[in-house]
Amino acid sequence: MAEPLLQADKLTKRFETGGGFLAKPRSMLAVRGVSLTIARGEVLGVVGESGCGKSTLARLVLRLIEPTSGQVRFDGQALTGLPPGDLRRLRRRMAMVFQDPYASLDPRFTLTDVLSEPFAVQREVPPPGRIDQLLGQVGLSAAMATSYPHQLSGGQRQRAGIARALAQAPDFIVLDEPTASLDVSIQAQIIGLLSDLRRDLGLTYLFISHDLGLVRYFCDRIMVMYLGAVAEILPRRDARPRHPYTVALMDSNFTPDPSQRQTLQALGGEIPSAFDLPGGCAFAGRCPRATEECRLSDPQLTEIAPGHPVACFHPL
Amino acid sequence: MLLSVENLSVQIGKVEPLSDISFAVDRGQILGLVGESGSGKSLTALAIAGLLPLIGGRISAGAVRFDGTDLAPLPEAALRPYRGKRIAFVTQNPMTALDPVQRIGEQVDVVARLHLGLSRQAARARTIDLLTRMRIPEAATICDAYPHQLSGGMKQRIVIAMALTGAPDLIIADEPTTALDVTVQAQIIHILGQLVREDNLGLVLITHDMGVVAQVCDRVAVLYAGRLAELRPVTDLFARPAHPYTAALIDCIPRQDMAPGSLTGIAGIVPSVASYPAGCRFHPRCDRADAACRDGQPGLLPLATGGGFACHHPLEQQNG
Repeated sequence: MAEPLLQADKLTKRFETGGGFLAKPRSMLAVRGVSLTIARGEVLGVVGESGCGKSTLARLVLRLIEPTSGQVRFDGQALTGLPPGDLRRLRRRMAMVFQDPYASLDPRFTLTDVLSEPFAVQREVPPPGRIDQLLGQVGLSAAMATSYPHQLSGGQRQRAGIARALAQAPDFIVLDEPTASLDVSIQAQIIGLLSDLRRDLGLTYLFISHDLGLVRYFCDRIMVMYLGAVAEILPRRDARPRHPYTVALMDSNFTPDPSQRQTLQALGGEIPSAFDLPGGCAFAGRCPRATEECRLSDPQLTEIAPGHPVACFHPL
Repeated sequence: MLLSVENLSVQIGKVEPLSDISFAVDRGQILGLVGESGSGKSLTALAIAGLLPLIGGRISAGAVRFDGTDLAPLPEAALRPYRGKRIAFVTQNPMTALDPVQRIGEQVDVVARLHLGLSRQAARARTIDLLTRMRIPEAATICDAYPHQLSGGMKQRIVIAMALTGAPDLIIADEPTTALDVTVQAQIIHILGQLVREDNLGLVLITHDMGVVAQVCDRVAVLYAGRLAELRPVTDLFARPAHPYTAALIDCIPRQDMAPGSLTGIAGIVPSVASYPAGCRFHPRCDRADAACRDGQPGLLPLATGGGFACHHPLEQQNG
């Protein structure tokens, strides 16, 4: 395999909270030793429930927040420890699309302002015609350049968010639940657009979602996270899941076919608090296969088949 | 029939966001009400509940027949024995459905005291009973907790327990799992399905998730821009959708076996009430549309297999 475009090595992020006059400071591990690689042109999906650390991971990968420990390399260059000027120049090549298109666009900016901002950050002005070109690339009309976000529908706003990410012609885009707040019909439009852009511009994506059905449609490889750590990495979108958590996630995903009604083996229990992680495997409390061993020690990620690592003592 | 909505139209000011909607649900049945945002799903729920005055609307035509009585013409006071007692609601967002400064137990107790006239102690006993039935561990302790101390899934189960307190015949659940994680969504849908079977309740399940519809509903009403597009038993709807909009909605769900790039969505957006197009309201987004669709609104045509659809150029209905 060629040199990966992005490589993260044992990323860990600890957040500290509290610590008032009487309150004791508490800390939580949002991301626990996550390593990943993304090849050029690949789409890596990251799935997991709320609080599993997938958005924190996205921010760590772009170095929008500093890791507590661990390394990120982009195209052979270490991002961690890079001085601000160099980082800004490298940032041209990476971008992010945010979950909420209502919150991620400034209500006082026209689309021209929104799309000029990435150039302003690099102390440039957009070349003539570039704004229209960007709008065209995401399927918005040039006439919308003077529109404000409140004049747009949710789908159009998300298209504007994607156009902003494309402004500096990046190689790599982090998509943080780009369709979570949209209708299914609009979600399908946006996913279609992202597929086209990837094909036409040769983009590489890190695609974050809680929808395993969507990820299994859109991604080449799928990383499943649970409470800040990697549970399993599926080497292909149709690979058979081996970790009990991945299986539970798949069972929770309703098949749109009434002739295949699932006998719901709904996952019991609640996700433990990241402030108070249980010893052993973090999933043991909800896992139907858990044994004494699982409660005592934490399983490490081990290759169960080529390119298919699983962190479980009792994989399926 | 427990609930039958007959040719219901709703007016808000000068506009008519909902026109000529009909469907029915019986005890022990789940009716799915589906469509994109802006198709009128929640408005239908408000109309059934007689809550339209809250948003300045009214039922301008049609009937909402509940257990033989038409609720549409009833004044507010006459609705009280129905609403919250015989017809209960589960709303989309459990974070806002609960009062943040009142303990869980007190919020659930009040329903039993109001609708069933129970004493403080009896109401609490009923609350603990219902919470336990919702598989909430240590229900007595949870009664003393405040909503912010609980997870989203736990809160939604409490909202369902609250809906059950008055021993309703019908539950209307408006996107009850949209704000929740997939594993929690599966739990909640499972609980609702079980209630319908065990307590012989009727359930109107409003959702935009065709996966949920396929898994639990018996019949489905598909709404588009304030009109009924199709009303069918669930197996027929998925196997042989008649309305192009229904087919397009089903095709919007990503599946692993789809070829890459085949997910394209439905071009365009749902029109707003002020700009409903003439003729069939779906025609600007429909690839089967022609002059007939631009000129005339199709009526609901019945199907031999039950239900009906409103389309001039339906997809083929082969037998079998």
